Amino acid sequence: MPRIVYCHCAYAQVVPKAVKEEVLRRLVESGVAFDAVADLCEMSAKRDPMMKQLSQEGSVKIAACYPRAVKWLFSAADAPLPLAGAEVVNMRVETADRVIDAVLGEGFKQTESA
Amino acid sequence: MIGTLKSIPRVALYEGEGSRPIAGPVRAELTRLLLEKGYAVSSIRPGGQVAPATSGVLLVLGEFLEQKPLEAVAETDAVKVLFRDIAALDVPKIMGLVESLCGTTPLPKPGGWKPWFPVIDFGRCTNCMQCLSFCLFDVYGVSTEGKIQVQHENHCKTDCPACSRVCPEVAILFPKYRSGPINGDEINSEDLRRESMKVDISSLLGGDIYQALRDRSDKAKSRFSKERDEDRALKERQRCLTKLQEQLEIPPEVLASLPSLDQIQAKAVQAKQRAADALGMNSAQLT
Ligand code: SF4
Ligand code: SF4
Repeated sequence: MPRIVYCHCAYAQVVPKAVKEEVLRRLVESGVAFDAVADLCEMSAKRDPMMKQLSQEGSVKIAACYPRAVKWLFSAADAPLPLAGAEVVNMRVETADRVIDAVLGEGFKQTESA
Repeated sequence: MIGTLKSIPRVALYEGEGSRPIAGPVRAELTRLLLEKGYAVSSIRPGGQVAPATSGVLLVLGEFLEQKPLEAVAETDAVKVLFRDIAALDVPKIMGLVESLCGTTPLPKPGGWKPWFPVIDFGRCTNCMQCLSFCLFDVYGVSTEGKIQVQHENHCKTDCPACSRVCPEVAILFPKYRSGPINGDEINSEDLRRESMKVDISSLLGGDIYQALRDRSDKAKSRFSKERDEDRALKERQRCLTKLQEQLEIPPEVLASLPSLDQIQAKAVQAKQRAADALGMNSAQLT
């Protein structure tokens, strides 16, 4: 299963709050491992070394915003996403259901542990 | 680039071997609050995979079945790993613990710098250097290989997308911009048509865009501007300038904070010189 990265877009209102909070809630309850970051834009501007860790090692699914923006944010931080194996799901335009289906795989069954 | 090459503090919520699951509501609330405070959060679950930690501080929180060492150093030596048991703590106490161990993150406080800066789509950029000669705030620079680069993200004026409007290739993005294609949405033929119109407008003004905008801003401030602007030609110029300001979407605050005319001229000469040098260097490399 690909790694999952979620961006909370904490410093702007561009991702609908209801969508990002619902996606986060369902990821947290899914029982699946994932990385969540406050704001990929901020990390890119700072060339945060974690960008490299997020983009390296196999396939990754990223719930954030427009794929073109995310691709070049990673590139600007010297952490280009792998050409094959990186999928960006756009929380600015998709519903929470579609984001979760794309990230966890359609029909994913929750294994809520608490 | 802003600041040092340090990772933001990362908190791992550990629910693997040797631990009890964290209660659902605690896990959910904690994750949201940590993200809102600017931390990165890795949710570690059995069989899953998260990004490796290779630098900075990693604070591992969990309800551990056995006592963990408070501190450990990872194999690379570059990562400081701290363990804390949160079984007996509620969410506010856990947040207090995180802040006392990791410090508050150096991310913007409300009202501070919002991550607003240009991002170049190198799939489209032709390295023409127009953005470099346009920007008066030294946001752009040139790499040692002669390639355009965004070098000072935090010099960029919040909410001003003007350089994306002068880029002839629609290659400049502002991911937090409200609409496409500047926000990274796909580019359509209508966007490309609009871009060529913008170039026409700036050539219509026949001179330095900033100087023209500065003129306009000064006139707006003048009590006598109305009388002076009675002249039809001036009115027409005003109309063009208003249109230009709208097209470039320069916020009024940015216009009001433009440097003096002398400074603008000096900056514009410098920026153009840097662009010309870079273009000269690139063409010399080609021959
Ligand atoms: S990458 Fe997109 S979703 Fe993430 S902070 Fe930037 S604009 Fe927001
Ligand atoms: S103006 Fe656009 S195409 Fe020209 S160098 Fe800047 S980003 Fe590249």
